Amino acid sequence: MIFPQKQVMESRKTGKFILRKAVRFVTLLIFLCILTFTLLELSPIDPVTAYVGADPSIGAEQRELIAQHWGLDKPPVERFFAWFSSIARGDWGTSMIYRRPVLEVVGTRFLTSLALMMTAWVLSGLLGFWLGIAAGTHEGKPADRLIRLIANVLNSTPTFWIGMLLIMIFAVGLGWLPSALSVPIGVAQAEVTFSERIRHLILPALALSITGIPGICLHTREKTCEVMNSDYVLFARARGESRSSIVRRHVCRNALLPALTLQFLSFSELFGGSVFVEQVFSYPGMGQAAVQAGLKGDAPLLMGIVIISMIFVFSGNLIADLLYQVVDPRMKEAGYE
Amino acid sequence: MNKENRSVHFSPETRSVQPGPKTRSVQPGPETITVKSRPKASGTGFGGIRVRTIGCILLFTTVFISILVIGSRIVEDDLLVDLNNIFTAPSLQHFFGTDWVGRDMLQRTLKGMSISMQVGLISTVLSVVIAMFFGVMAPVFGGVPDHLVSWLIDFVMSVPHTILIILISLACGGGLRGVVAGVVCTHWTSLTRVIRAEVLQLKNMEYVQIAEKLGRSRWYIAVHHMFPAILPQLAVGAVLLFPHAILHEASITFLGFGLPAHEPAIGVILSESMKYLTVGKWWLALFPGISLVAVTVMVEAIGKNLEKLITRSDRERRQEWIRCMILKSS
Repeated sequence: MIFPQKQVMESRKTGKFILRKAVRFVTLLIFLCILTFTLLELSPIDPVTAYVGADPSIGAEQRELIAQHWGLDKPPVERFFAWFSSIARGDWGTSMIYRRPVLEVVGTRFLTSLALMMTAWVLSGLLGFWLGIAAGTHEGKPADRLIRLIANVLNSTPTFWIGMLLIMIFAVGLGWLPSALSVPIGVAQAEVTFSERIRHLILPALALSITGIPGICLHTREKTCEVMNSDYVLFARARGESRSSIVRRHVCRNALLPALTLQFLSFSELFGGSVFVEQVFSYPGMGQAAVQAGLKGDAPLLMGIVIISMIFVFSGNLIADLLYQVVDPRMKEAGYE
Repeated sequence: MNKENRSVHFSPETRSVQPGPKTRSVQPGPETITVKSRPKASGTGFGGIRVRTIGCILLFTTVFISILVIGSRIVEDDLLVDLNNIFTAPSLQHFFGTDWVGRDMLQRTLKGMSISMQVGLISTVLSVVIAMFFGVMAPVFGGVPDHLVSWLIDFVMSVPHTILIILISLACGGGLRGVVAGVVCTHWTSLTRVIRAEVLQLKNMEYVQIAEKLGRSRWYIAVHHMFPAILPQLAVGAVLLFPHAILHEASITFLGFGLPAHEPAIGVILSESMKYLTVGKWWLALFPGISLVAVTVMVEAIGKNLEKLITRSDRERRQEWIRCMILKSS
């Protein structure tokens, strides 16, 4: 009789958790929309000028007409509600620089970025975790010191400069890999081979993953040191277990899930880093679109990108939250706090 | 086995007699102890840990200030345009080479670093003031203000910082004001979290509770009891915040949203060097970048050494810092 009751409680808790997350998501989204709208309203960007560009043939009267057509003569609050309701309906407006619907631009660009971000994410996770374990199992030895030094220096290195260094070394100096874009120049979209795409992805992904390494590496190192100094590892050593078996059975088990959680929490950093990497490598993804939209005053596109980036970060945090409960059952007991 | 005893036996001669850390001598006496308890942090053997920590702080602070002063003393007139010497590779005459109009890159880099460091300093001070205010006031007043601050932190962290800085910088119309506002708005959160956690702990301390019972106002408790106690954390936090501020300033300027192109900030220098990257003018990007990284690493080292000196350094705290360094994100 105990089990069904427990199940009911479990499902109620799960329901509560989903509800809480949903409420949180919606409030964050609404406030983000308000904030974005206000900030763009404050900015000296004139939407009409941004739209027509520096075309002198368009007179003041025509500008007036365009403003009227877009409802720019109405008060900001009214315009906000008009914009917000159209967003909620799925109409995100038209990008001014690409002359296509925002949702379409953002969709294709996000997929291009996602390939880059996920490659870098996996790469930095694996490398960072491995380095962290290597450092933690040699605590205080030269290897540990070297890894920590590298991690600390990388922590203080701007992403865009890492990208520039990689271009200098691998594209210009050695000439191994292309320095820019996601496809070769002068080749039709359909004819681009898969291997060409991969070749263009390597350097940007490497640059982006290098920035992700120090965080995960230092965290794993701390965790590894903690495990290595524990009584059960001492006992395992006394039993005569080899270092590799200790690492496999004790260190990895304890460090893997927290590291994974941390990787999911780093989605925000990943997205931010991709902006710089895409700018340096002229990689046609979301980040580059955000920079272009910002520099040229394309408000609808910028708003779309802000919303997508928030959803991306939120989903990362949500996965991390769920993983936390897997890692630590006490969190579950506490009612998904 | 007191401290003095240990340090005496750590002189290089004693160690050279004992071959390795694992050799345990059978004979009794202080030597046996010294070998067994070899501390992990023993480095070059120059001075004690405290001396080295303070020395490191002093050295780096001196370098920091001298870059700031030398850089700000370089004026536009010193950067001579010399069209006979464009794109000269690094030499004894021009350590960092020259750019496309023959200006000395070393001087430009120093100037750029000092501008970026000033922007970083302004942003750091403003962020710390905000963090101090919110971090102390939120838990002391509790209830709605506390929830509000926590929500605000989550809100700021829900968007990638780069995107948020771009938005804020746009709203302010770019320039110095834009980049400072952007960096401040995104950087106060991590330190506020740390301070808030600290103050929440302090709230349960006896002396704070007694003050409450004695009828002291919340404002009085915040100013007289909380603030002095969190001062060390605040100082360390401020120093550790600076590297992030300067990196974000340079990055945002690099993208074109920060300082204007005629201002020779380090981000501007690096974004100009992008144009000459593929034609092999590597020194234009390499040396300014290294300088930026060097200054950042230096300040980070100052912060960490300061932390070692004035806070208790248990593992938990270090982990906390690492976590919030990560959460600071881009």
